[in-house]
Amino acid sequence: MSGHAEVGNYLTHPKGLRSWLTTVDHKRIGLMYMATSMTFFFVGGIFALLIRLELMTPGLTLMSADTYNKFFTYHGAIMIFMFIIPIIPAALGNFFLPIMIGAKDVAFPRLNLASYYIFIAGAALSVWALMAHGADTGWTFYTPYSIRSNTSVVLITLGVFVMGFSSILTGLNFIVTVHKLRCPGMTFHRMPLFVWAIYATAIIQVLATPVIGITTLLLIMERLLKIGIFDPALGGDAVLFQHFFWFYSHPAVYIMILPGMGIISEVIPVFARKHIFGYKAIAYSSLAIAGISFLVWGHHMFVSGQSDLANMLFSVLTMFVAIPTAIKVFNWTATLYKGSISLKTPMLYALSFLFMFTIGGLTGLFLAALSVDVHLHDTYFVVAHFHYVMMGGTVMGLLAGLHYWWPKMFGKMVHEWSAKISWGLIFIGFNMTFFTQFFLGYLGMPRRYYDYPPEYAGLNMISTIGSWFLLAGFALMAFYFIRSLFLPGKAPANPWGGKTLEWQIASPPTEHNFPEIPTVTGKPYDYGVVKL
Amino acid sequence: MTHGETVIAETKHKVPHHFDSAEQAFESSKLGLWLFLVTEILLFGGLFVAYVIFRGLYPDLFHTASQHLNKILGSINTVVLICSSLSMALAVDRVRQNDPNKAHQYMLVTLFFAACFMIIKYVEYTHKFHEGLLPGGNFTNAALAGDPKAPLFFSLYFMMTGLHGIHVLVGMGLITWVLIRSNRGEFSSSYYTPVELVGLYWHLVDLIWIYLFPLLYLIG
Ligand code: HEM
Ligand SMILES: [Cu+2]
Repeated sequence: MSGHAEVGNYLTHPKGLRSWLTTVDHKRIGLMYMATSMTFFFVGGIFALLIRLELMTPGLTLMSADTYNKFFTYHGAIMIFMFIIPIIPAALGNFFLPIMIGAKDVAFPRLNLASYYIFIAGAALSVWALMAHGADTGWTFYTPYSIRSNTSVVLITLGVFVMGFSSILTGLNFIVTVHKLRCPGMTFHRMPLFVWAIYATAIIQVLATPVIGITTLLLIMERLLKIGIFDPALGGDAVLFQHFFWFYSHPAVYIMILPGMGIISEVIPVFARKHIFGYKAIAYSSLAIAGISFLVWGHHMFVSGQSDLANMLFSVLTMFVAIPTAIKVFNWTATLYKGSISLKTPMLYALSFLFMFTIGGLTGLFLAALSVDVHLHDTYFVVAHFHYVMMGGTVMGLLAGLHYWWPKMFGKMVHEWSAKISWGLIFIGFNMTFFTQFFLGYLGMPRRYYDYPPEYAGLNMISTIGSWFLLAGFALMAFYFIRSLFLPGKAPANPWGGKTLEWQIASPPTEHNFPEIPTVTGKPYDYGVVKL
Repeated sequence: MTHGETVIAETKHKVPHHFDSAEQAFESSKLGLWLFLVTEILLFGGLFVAYVIFRGLYPDLFHTASQHLNKILGSINTVVLICSSLSMALAVDRVRQNDPNKAHQYMLVTLFFAACFMIIKYVEYTHKFHEGLLPGGNFTNAALAGDPKAPLFFSLYFMMTGLHGIHVLVGMGLITWVLIRSNRGEFSSSYYTPVELVGLYWHLVDLIWIYLFPLLYLIG
């Protein structure tokens, strides 16, 4: 082992397109996922801008009602299934989880590559569907409309089925990696919190995704063979579809947020230069969230004709989710207390997460309250709620992670002031776009319509202008990220003074991560002695 | 690929470089497969839930409709699959005991039982098609025409046994694959992970049928 003094880094060694397409290196696979999902983020974002343009003024602004139905479906389906579910676990998780536990790779490297190509196949099916007859059912594919719609529902749900399979394999790989490949001394209670978060996510991926698998399969059969299980006209039950769908899709919202929370748990101690407050509470709250997330799906169906008893149970259980979530938020805040806070870009995003995710979580509690939800269900209030958790939460976490780990992944630093300006644009743009929607929803504007009465015009205009700030912010970000790759100079191995294992190796890492398998002797966030 | 590669004696198998030992690799693969089996159970779980709900809603209908399934063929198939599980378990055991020839024979026997299962299923399906006992909107059977919900039972029947049948086919493919690799002398008592895993998968496929059979055929 000691004979390999100077090995090339993983980006350039081995060289060539073929070596990338057939790689089994978790870091390269992570980057391939990242490039793919970010492309979908871009495409989904274009549809979002178009939706906002249509809603800028009442009446027909840009597109017909039918086109609008298709566009919001594309936006939702692309963002959920092709961007937000894979982006953190499959891209950043793939890259950093093995390194953070001192492993050379994930447990099953070839399966890892296979799951990437399965993802590509599923995404291709869905894109094909969009180019064939599209889809206008919304990302939720509710029956019976999805049985009758004359769009390419079969293809797109087949795509979701296949991508789900990929998600299962990724989760399975990570669970085994965490259990079997930790380096000497890396006990469960010494694992970085990002690893805990990805681990909890992986459990949900493995346990929830098969259910969306069978649901989409039944929907496909519904259309191909008229099996009638979800079709009231054939004796079936349309609400059963909603149960099946949300049995997956509620846990899936924690597939989306837990990895983001994991990143925040990494970034906050590093940039507050303090040991994380309540390590075990944060670690186990991830598992608690994963557990409870399976018991609350009915909160999406308060007005779908569930029994009162079911409604009450689901309402109470939903409020329980807020407990482990709040535990995390309090612990992060406590970590900040009396820390030496450095407002570098990753930290700005982490703080934005704290601020906006909290708004998203609290408004979730409004929705969990039965009588309030009767008023707010299917209004823009729900749209604002889930954008505050998914964009204000997950995407802020993702951006914190991207800025935090960029030097490690590519060995380059980004231009700090460009990053701060871009952060400012995104922060303002996001809140303009979505805070207005809480009011719109509260005033009664329903979601998923291309038109609205003139009373709502003012707030909608502000919301649309906000979306342009977001566009500007993300365009600037794409520019400085890409430019950084061509800048001269090399990032140091540990630019932020991180304590976790990924910062103890070269930037970018070598093919097998560690020259020698490390032995861990302490906790991941031991600050107080380090000076920057 | 130069770090810590251990070559196991007797076979050409190399422990992948990111594992420390053959045992760690074996344990990992096994944990991975168990997790995969959990996802399979959850996949079928959706169908079982649908079954429970509709049977709860229409108990009489499920009773009458189930009379149209062939209990004899169903029972034969149950026995056939149990036998195939036994022969697969013996095959795994023989590989582990360094007795490849016996192992091959047992694998062939397993394949034979699996093929019998599929043939019998084929006979049953053609019979159902013939009588118009088809899922949902395609249902044309005259005897049950009075009950508008009757097609639901057959939707579930075809979905459950069809998905199971696909799993049997996949299992047959996997058994053939380990049989070929075993023929090439790739396995021995020190490395037989794929055989063990395919065996586990096969037992799960059998187990699912053990539940499907009474639920669909023996409603009394
Ligand atoms: C404190 C935690 C949370 C609570 C109490 C909560 C509660 C709720 C409730 C009750 C609804 C249904 C509202 C309705 O349709 O009338 C809802 C919708 C939604 N939530 Fe949350 N939520 C929480 C966190 C999250 C997180 C973390 C995410 C994603 C990262 C998320 C994503 C969504 C989405 C996507 C919808 C709407 C789905 C649709 O109908 O298209 N939620 N939430
Ligand atoms: Cu939910």
